[in-house]
Amino acid sequence: MASKSATKDIITLRGSAAIVSEFFGYAANSILYNRGVYPEESFARVKKYGLPMLLTQDEGVKSFISNLTSQLSEWLEEGKLQRMVLVIMGKQTGEVFERWNFSIETDGEVVEKGISREKSDKEIMREIQAIMRQIASSITYLPCLEEPCVFDVLAYTDKDCAVPFTWIESDPKLIDNPQMVKLHSFDTKIHKVDTLVSYKNDEWDEP
Amino acid sequence: MTHSSASSNKTQLRCPLQEHLLQRRNSRENLDRFIPNRSAIDFDYAHYMLTEGKKGKENPSANSSPSREAYRKQLAETFNMNRTRILAFKNKPPTPVEAIPNDFSSAAHQVKAAKPRRHIPQTSERTLDAPDIMDDYYLNLLDWGSSNVLSIALGSTVYLWDASDGNTSELVTVDEESGPVTSVKWAPDGKHIAVGLNNSEVQLWDSTANRLLRTLRGGHASRVGALDWNNHVLTTGGMDGQIVNNDVRVRAHIVETYRGHQQEVCGLKWSASGQQLASGGNDNLLHIWDRSVASSNTPTQWLHRLEDHTAAVKALAWCPFQGNLLASGGGGGDRCIKFWNTHTGACLNSVDTGSQVCALLWNKNERELLSSHGFTQNQLTLWKYPSMVKIAELTGHTSRVLFMAQSPDGCTVASAAGDETLRFWNVFGTPEVAKPAPKAAAEPFAHLNRIR
Repeated sequence: MASKSATKDIITLRGSAAIVSEFFGYAANSILYNRGVYPEESFARVKKYGLPMLLTQDEGVKSFISNLTSQLSEWLEEGKLQRMVLVIMGKQTGEVFERWNFSIETDGEVVEKGISREKSDKEIMREIQAIMRQIASSITYLPCLEEPCVFDVLAYTDKDCAVPFTWIESDPKLIDNPQMVKLHSFDTKIHKVDTLVSYKNDEWDEP
Repeated sequence: MTHSSASSNKTQLRCPLQEHLLQRRNSRENLDRFIPNRSAIDFDYAHYMLTEGKKGKENPSANSSPSREAYRKQLAETFNMNRTRILAFKNKPPTPVEAIPNDFSSAAHQVKAAKPRRHIPQTSERTLDAPDIMDDYYLNLLDWGSSNVLSIALGSTVYLWDASDGNTSELVTVDEESGPVTSVKWAPDGKHIAVGLNNSEVQLWDSTANRLLRTLRGGHASRVGALDWNNHVLTTGGMDGQIVNNDVRVRAHIVETYRGHQQEVCGLKWSASGQQLASGGNDNLLHIWDRSVASSNTPTQWLHRLEDHTAAVKALAWCPFQGNLLASGGGGGDRCIKFWNTHTGACLNSVDTGSQVCALLWNKNERELLSSHGFTQNQLTLWKYPSMVKIAELTGHTSRVLFMAQSPDGCTVASAAGDETLRFWNVFGTPEVAKPAPKAAAEPFAHLNRIR
């Protein structure tokens, strides 16, 4: 996955796309682990971003995420990906409990002209590390998922983006009147990723 | 309309709208998806385009209700979506296998939704000795009256055990020729008790005064093993296969005779309405008799003759929450619990329990049925109705559990078995107001004390 040009502080579109899509892969794994969507024992520990990270060992989930990241990487290189959303829903009810929202701003100039930017790998890693820490600590404020859950991933792309054979159009799976927490963002100077988690309000304590 | 009034109007209206939305909100439905009416979709679009276009920089909330405002917002968002494509994989990620953590959380969720699960003690609450109890499947030697007094016949003696204070007293010991006692049954008042004897007589006792009121003779040719009350009518079933309705108030007490059984009648139960009588016999027959077609002159014809059981039918229980539902259990060669619609005579369900069914009781508070069994487990089995899923198996008796009786509050069950013990089970839950009477009367030697 990581074909990033680690040479000095130059970052290319391709390298940036790889970093961002790889980030999605790890972030998705981390969310699935921390939110208990899949059983704890189906994850294995690896070291990444200077943190212990957990990766699923479930073949089905593994291939789903790797298919996802390779497609996202393609769209990122074309600058067509606006947002990626990981949705956690009740297995039986299909009710949406959480939306992990990663919105992407792409530097259009880089895509059009094929130029590169400057930012050190180290700095990007540090930014990503901060997000990963926040994802891991999100369990402290997110409401408990009290029923078995499933997840899905939505990719928001430009309208002119061709729908790949394995993809279909989906509804946004929004949460009605959600609670929102903004997490850190990271910027490769080509792709800026803002992270936000919105979740179903536990109780209605409005007037 | 001025700007200020429009904005105040808006703030006034916003709250009720939110409330309205909140009321409609339900955790099950996901109302945040905008699903326009198909037939109205063009009109909405046109309306949005017209009003938005016309207004320009005008205050958009003027002359429009907040709901329209919210609607317009959603509409705008929908149109905004058109700049974006939302895509998802056709193949969804594998759903998590039902591993232990998920099982736990789902179980917890279900429990929260339903009422908290009742704890069913697996052991008997107390055990009393019942020496010389007749190990005879065809008799009915245990009953629990409405005044919370338990009666049990041991040999030729009828004992009363007051469940509220744990006191035991002897009601009667019949003489050698008349005995042993073959059946006991409390009248609905909890004061009078009928005692069936081996010599075909039936005695009526006043339990408070310990006085024999009358002896019913002439109804049967042999022992009376089954009794049930329907107000002032005492129905007796005999080894002669006859069922007799005795009006205990009148001198000529035999008012009706039901003839249908060829062998000993061992199960007799009136429905709660008093309209239908179920009778089971050693001839494997189950009869339903209708009160309204009974007559004193001619032997009454049964309403239904049910021949599905393949062994003696002793265990009978009318469902407390469905008037025409009867549960019946068959003996050792049959082992089945069957459910009947007694209006139509249709068999609704049949469950092979794997063991002789000696007695059946419905839970008055829950849709549950308790059955008592013989070889091999000598257990009490609690079933969920109508799924007939086993909820609990209560073991402890070392011989077949011949008789069961339910406390007046419906919570405690007494069982008497061939192992000469009488056990109390807190199987149907605890009463809402007070603890069941036997518990309140806990004695220092309550665990095993002799009844006499």
